[in-house]
Amino acid sequence: MPTFLREVHMKRHNLLDILFRNVTCLSAFAVLVLLIAIIVSLIIGSLPSIKAFGFQFLTSAEWDPVMDEFGALVPIVGTLVTSAIALLIAIPVSFGIALFLTELSPRWLRRPLGIAIELLAGIPSIIYGMWGLFVFAPLFADYVQPWLIEKLGPLPILGPLFQGIPMGIGVLTAGIILAIMVIPFIASVMRDVFEVVPTLLKESAYGLGATTWEVMWHVVLPYTKIGVAGGIMLGLGRALGETMAVTFVIGNAHQLSASLLMPGNSISSALANEFNEAVGKLYTSALVELGLILFLITFIVLSLARYMLYMLTKREGSTS
Amino acid sequence: MLTLYTRRRLINALCLGISALAMLFGLIWLGWILWTLLANGLPQLSTAVLTQMTPPPNSTGGLLNAIAGSLMMTFLAALIGTPIGILAGTYLAEFGQRGWLAPTTRFINDVLLSAPSIVIGLFIYEMYVIKIGHFSGWAGALALSILVIPIVIRTTENMLRLVPNTLREAAAALGAPQWKVINLVTLRAARAGIITGVLLAVARISGETAPLLFTSLNNQFWNSDMNEPMANLPVVIFQFAMSPYHDWQSLAWAGALLITFSVLSLNIMARVLFRQKSTTY
Repeated sequence: MPTFLREVHMKRHNLLDILFRNVTCLSAFAVLVLLIAIIVSLIIGSLPSIKAFGFQFLTSAEWDPVMDEFGALVPIVGTLVTSAIALLIAIPVSFGIALFLTELSPRWLRRPLGIAIELLAGIPSIIYGMWGLFVFAPLFADYVQPWLIEKLGPLPILGPLFQGIPMGIGVLTAGIILAIMVIPFIASVMRDVFEVVPTLLKESAYGLGATTWEVMWHVVLPYTKIGVAGGIMLGLGRALGETMAVTFVIGNAHQLSASLLMPGNSISSALANEFNEAVGKLYTSALVELGLILFLITFIVLSLARYMLYMLTKREGSTS
Repeated sequence: MLTLYTRRRLINALCLGISALAMLFGLIWLGWILWTLLANGLPQLSTAVLTQMTPPPNSTGGLLNAIAGSLMMTFLAALIGTPIGILAGTYLAEFGQRGWLAPTTRFINDVLLSAPSIVIGLFIYEMYVIKIGHFSGWAGALALSILVIPIVIRTTENMLRLVPNTLREAAAALGAPQWKVINLVTLRAARAGIITGVLLAVARISGETAPLLFTSLNNQFWNSDMNEPMANLPVVIFQFAMSPYHDWQSLAWAGALLITFSVLSLNIMARVLFRQKSTTY
């Protein structure tokens, strides 16, 4: 090839290289822009409400569209309480599932069981909501809630949590449905982090005569605790932002009640129910501010989750 | 009095038993939900569901406009989100060794991966719906595409990282410029994995309701104009299931069955596809 042709050739390739690199770089940059745009647009949308209510928005339980008085306390509490119930149930169950999948299950069963758990995560949240409202809530009201009210209601400290009439829907039901939804997320992260434990460590413990449970509790869990915590935070992030399933079963009542059996509201379900019907600038803006609060809470939780999982992989890299 | 050894063995057996129960607990919900869907949805399935429009209350009809709307918006969302996702994922895997952009993007992408989808709907409402003044199919597709991007980025990066470096080196040693190495060698080697990612993303968005509530909303009638409010299966299911009308609730079950089984088969398809490919390597 003559030299000048080769030069043209090289130049073209150099140009294409730079072009390709910049196009991919721009796409990556778009993700950052997207995050900033989400936060900025939500802040702009909630400005009227921020101006009108200030910090009181976070502490007021008032929600009166007629009088244009809005406070976020009820939905915030609802979101936090339902997520807490969900985690309380989901953490031990997920741990059990991960333990079963990594240590107990016969090898040929692992893959199908793993896929089954992942399918649980694949079911759309609206289906959980429908199932919760039409199938789970009636059974819950008939068989479980009367028992809770009768047995736990009179207890001194726990009692106030279980007062009221068995309606099926309510904060507790929403929490249970959320638990079923986040179990697959937490369980698959736990399974993945349990699998990174060096076989050498486990075999040393077995060699000293430890039982499977002791290996799990005293070797695997301490080794992976950051990752396990990360998985739990990931599940929490999911639970906080979950919308449709909660909207179906939480009851959508703007009231603060100590009892878990009473209907309540969460940020996401308030948005799903009221946003399209909201009339007036302040009402819409208050709902957007709710969305902003939700986004910020989940952002912090998910950042922590990713940081913890990242710490685990980093340590993994330095020890092996 | 139990000896220490017996007690340890008992605790072990007990805990492992509980763990097996936990596994069962997870599977029961899956079975129960699928059973409910089949029991309630199958009797409602008929050709009318696939050929007629959504009816007014207390009359019969189908879900044709909702199914068509969902397909159109899902397709467009994948069309918008996939290229951006693949390009950004390529950047993270191939150029992301130095600098601040790649680690930051990776972190933010992981956060966006599980960000609440209703907030994404709110974002598109603020950015797009308010500006043009009405709900539209485009707004719905945009909201869904924002959910597609993080999933595709994640899988693309992961899959590209699985491609052995020797492949890249071999191509580079033959004198191929970097854009050729990436486009003709690495991306091709990772093709099956990337397609898996896109399928998983499509599965995820085809069941999403929350981001569509404030963007495409719903439409009672047949509509193929993306600039108008558009019917879609999840929102129709939501509206019909929450309604007091028996006909609507029946249709909601039929829709729920359709949507769940298409989402689950997409999920299974994605996994089977990737498994076959990964065993041939």
